[in-house]
Amino acid sequence: MRAHWMLAPLLALLLVATNADVAAQERVIQVTAERFKFTPGVIELKVGVPVVLELTTLDRKHGFQVPDLKIDEVIEPGKITRVRIVPDKAATYDFHCTVFCGSGHEEMAGQIVVSP
Amino acid sequence: MATRTRREFLQIAGVGGVVFASGLLEGCSTPGRPAGAQDDFYFVQLSDIHWGYKGPANPEATVELPRAVELVNALPRAPDFVVFTGDLTHTTDDDQERRRRMAQFREHLGRLRVRQVRLMAGEHDASLDRGAAFQEMFGPLRYSFDHKGVHFVALDNVSDPKGILGDAQIDWLSRDLKALAKEKPIVVFTHRPLFDLKPDWDWATADGSRAIDVLHPYPHVTVFYGHIHQEHHFRTGEIAHHAATSLIFPLPAPMSQPKRTPLPWDPAHPRRGLGFREIFVDESRLALTLRQDSLEGAGASQPAAASGG
Repeated sequence: MRAHWMLAPLLALLLVATNADVAAQERVIQVTAERFKFTPGVIELKVGVPVVLELTTLDRKHGFQVPDLKIDEVIEPGKITRVRIVPDKAATYDFHCTVFCGSGHEEMAGQIVVSP
Repeated sequence: MATRTRREFLQIAGVGGVVFASGLLEGCSTPGRPAGAQDDFYFVQLSDIHWGYKGPANPEATVELPRAVELVNALPRAPDFVVFTGDLTHTTDDDQERRRRMAQFREHLGRLRVRQVRLMAGEHDASLDRGAAFQEMFGPLRYSFDHKGVHFVALDNVSDPKGILGDAQIDWLSRDLKALAKEKPIVVFTHRPLFDLKPDWDWATADGSRAIDVLHPYPHVTVFYGHIHQEHHFRTGEIAHHAATSLIFPLPAPMSQPKRTPLPWDPAHPRRGLGFREIFVDESRLALTLRQDSLEGAGASQPAAASGG
């Protein structure tokens, strides 16, 4: 029992290190939202290559929804919203703002383009 | 003002078959107009007026609402009520300007010669201030009422900027329906569709399926909504959902183009795709007949093909 207690922190450290290594290998893409656009408007990914989108807003609350990838996030001012994606096929996915933000909200959209 | 308009109509026979037809109709001699039994009634749905809009999709935006008011006033008999299913005004960041647009909208309503007007908010009216100005100017965002044997429910899926109904409203809907007999005819008004018509164009209500689940035990439910600026007919189980045209500019059919940008304004047909709807309720209260009235004069257009879903 005592041996298990001693091993637990060691195992936890190993897990953190493993996750950190994986995270270090992952590409991070900064995506900013502001009325009424996302930058970049087209996010280019590769099949099988994990990425983390770091979503921030330059003005007010916005939404970030990719219906076909079941992603639905809110981007709050002053916070970073992280979304991890591992594309499994070449395809184009539309995304859009889901928090009504004014006249022009309807055009606040973009695409994730996944190439082979 | 010419009262001759291009009209389409469809009949929902009970909860089963749906019959679509279209025709060029004129005044009260319109073929296809329901027979007018003593116990019939009808109401009119108008939607998506966007009062205050200025842009290329309709350079004559201030014309449409007064024209629609004249056309409704010219109907052969006055409807029991008129319902506006949201986006009465075009959104603005300026709270005072929002109230000014609402006040101007209300002035036009004053010219409607109908017994009752029911108003609902769209996201353009209510999302930026969570419905504060709308409630101040027009009243509650959600409500229900009974009229001649039909239970009507107006739901709010716009004042939360995420475009949801929310837990409190779902609970309210459950409580509102609880006292009703299962066979009671129910008509629901919303702004956004309750089902996923095209979520990436924001043509959905994220928690709309919860409302549909609450309505599901009732076999005679019909939903009328706006938001998508075009007619659209769909069923979720036995619930029929009917979208209305707008009074500002038509939007593209789902999947017909990559972006949800308005259809280009055509100076030769400036009112094409704009109109309102009459809904006739027969004496059984189970058969509804829908008829589409176009703002475009009959001389300038051809009858549209019937459509349905």
